[in-house]
Amino acid sequence: MPAQQEVIQVAAATEPGAAGEQPVVSQYAAPVPAGERERLLWMYRTMLRIREFDERIVQLFGEGKIAGALHSYVGEEAVATGVCAHLRPDDYVVSTHRGHGHLLAKGGEMRRMMAELYGRVDGYCRGKGGSMHITAVELGMLGANGIVGAGVPIATGAGTAIHLKGTDQVVVCFFGDGAVNIGPFHEGLNLAATWNLPVTFVCENNLYAQFTPQRLHAKLPDLYLRAQGYGIPGLVVDGNDVLAVADVVQEAVARSRSGGGPTFIEAKTYRWHGHAVNNPASAVGRDEREIADWKAKDPIPRLAHHLLERGIATALELDSIRDEVLQEVEASIAFAEASPSAPPEAALEHVYAHLPPRADL
Amino acid sequence: MRELLLREALNEALHEEMDADPRVFLLGEDILDPWGGTFRVTEGLSTRFGTERVRETPIPEAAIVGCALGAALLGMRPVAEIMLLDFTAMAMDQIVNQAAKLRYMTGGQASVPIVIRTAGGAGRASAAQHSQSLEAWFTHVPGLKVVMPSTPYDAKGLLKAAIRDPDPVIFIEHKMTYGVRGPVPEGDYTVPLGVADVKRPGTDITVIATSRQVLRALEAAERVAREDGYDVEVVDPRTLYPLDTRTILASIKKTHRAVVVHEAPKRGGWGGELLSTIVEGAFDYLDAPIVRVAAPNTPIPFAPEMERYIVPDVAEIVAGIRQVMA
Repeated sequence: MPAQQEVIQVAAATEPGAAGEQPVVSQYAAPVPAGERERLLWMYRTMLRIREFDERIVQLFGEGKIAGALHSYVGEEAVATGVCAHLRPDDYVVSTHRGHGHLLAKGGEMRRMMAELYGRVDGYCRGKGGSMHITAVELGMLGANGIVGAGVPIATGAGTAIHLKGTDQVVVCFFGDGAVNIGPFHEGLNLAATWNLPVTFVCENNLYAQFTPQRLHAKLPDLYLRAQGYGIPGLVVDGNDVLAVADVVQEAVARSRSGGGPTFIEAKTYRWHGHAVNNPASAVGRDEREIADWKAKDPIPRLAHHLLERGIATALELDSIRDEVLQEVEASIAFAEASPSAPPEAALEHVYAHLPPRADL
Repeated sequence: MRELLLREALNEALHEEMDADPRVFLLGEDILDPWGGTFRVTEGLSTRFGTERVRETPIPEAAIVGCALGAALLGMRPVAEIMLLDFTAMAMDQIVNQAAKLRYMTGGQASVPIVIRTAGGAGRASAAQHSQSLEAWFTHVPGLKVVMPSTPYDAKGLLKAAIRDPDPVIFIEHKMTYGVRGPVPEGDYTVPLGVADVKRPGTDITVIATSRQVLRALEAAERVAREDGYDVEVVDPRTLYPLDTRTILASIKKTHRAVVVHEAPKRGGWGGELLSTIVEGAFDYLDAPIVRVAAPNTPIPFAPEMERYIVPDVAEIVAGIRQVMA
């Protein structure tokens, strides 16, 4: 059906039921810079944006300004950043409940995510999704997810659509170590492998499924070995080394783009905080020594060291990136706090494409 | 007008929609030729459109629905076949937590125009895990639409409307109706979702029935016309959500009496919801308590004698009508 491909468009976000609201086009949906130095500085900035955003929202939660389930990505920034360093704006990512980093790395606007966490109308999901469902279809970020492992079949479906359209786009599916023991993980991986779909499966192994260490959940500590069972390449990478992540993903994505099918990548990393903002690591019996060891492998100073040692950037440049990121965080809070709350009856919209009769609401 | 089997009407709808829209594709178990699906609804489609657009999947139902959903997010119009309604239990997260809620959770960014075709109902001695009527699971979930055709004409028109619908549709076919023959026009037409059909006009009592029970209600109506002289109106909602309450309430305001019939167990069944809708909208018009004719609250047994005992039949509908008319 090649002649008919141009007919197929991404599902329109137009809302016949919601009067007068236009989809907002992101100004931040710029591609990752092409030049090598610019790409490295983008990685540094992106990891810092994720770090500072997620550290700041913990404070805001403590101050009672934002509510709900917030899952911190602090410590794991190199994975989202390294992965997205080799994605195009028209590629897709499928995220998890720990999705802030994925959105920012895919080009998301911090202020619109902050507004979503505040439950305001300028949030990506107009306050209907919050942290756990943060989504930006316009950026190819197909959604965080409150159900562990549910994104794996969905990513397979996105890969199927790409296959049917015949484009060279790719999908990256993020999931954690907790997801690999869930049925749909196996179902989706098997389908992607059988159909040779352009999906890269990235397991963010942060060693804990909610509170429980991985060794109590699975016998095999090296999750990438599971790829063999599906007949696809399985690779392992230091998930705290953004350059290593970028390299391994570049190879996997290139294989997918040229019709080589899926790859399974296990990125070994560590979650500094507890499962969610209301259960800090110290409160769930995490070993202080373990935390300290992993903090010594913090991906952000590691990249800074690389940039300084190779003369790619000066300390002054890196400081000024940090200052800009901190300003962006504060500006995003101001933006969110200035954004209006939705009228409560907006809760009745977006159930269906068309607003049902009043009697049904 | 020419006549087709219900299964052939569905097959024709799939052919026409795949012809008309390159975004439409099928996925499911055993749907390729030479099998053409467990109930032969997809016969000929893989030969005609190829195995890219008619995609054979492994058995996992969660992956079938999740895959359809992911493709829909990228603008496709997938029609997923879940062989039996019972097996949707394996896909409930993808249906209930994902497909039904994505538009809402994303504040309207995402559309999930998928159709999940599946076969429900008893009658083939297939026992407790292959015979259920689980439609109430889905009518309870905001974000889903639920369709249950009873005739070949409706089956074709409703399936075409479901495929063109921007929201996820659970399309429940009764496995004992695939061989029902009826008039089906050639070419394109749709039956809109949310429009009930008065299958038999009457003045004395309204019988609202779903799926295969519509056919039995029509038989029951003929019998009480002969034996008791009652003039029964039979209403087929065709879609359980969106529900055409206007047609149903108008009928009850005319007849002042109602029987509600479905094959699912009575407790927690969709009939209870329908009855509440009637009471809320037409209480003052009712001359007698409404009676529900439904299965008892048991699983479906294997032995054909017990299975026939469980599933509402014409005699039970007749008894229900006589009880309300008494």
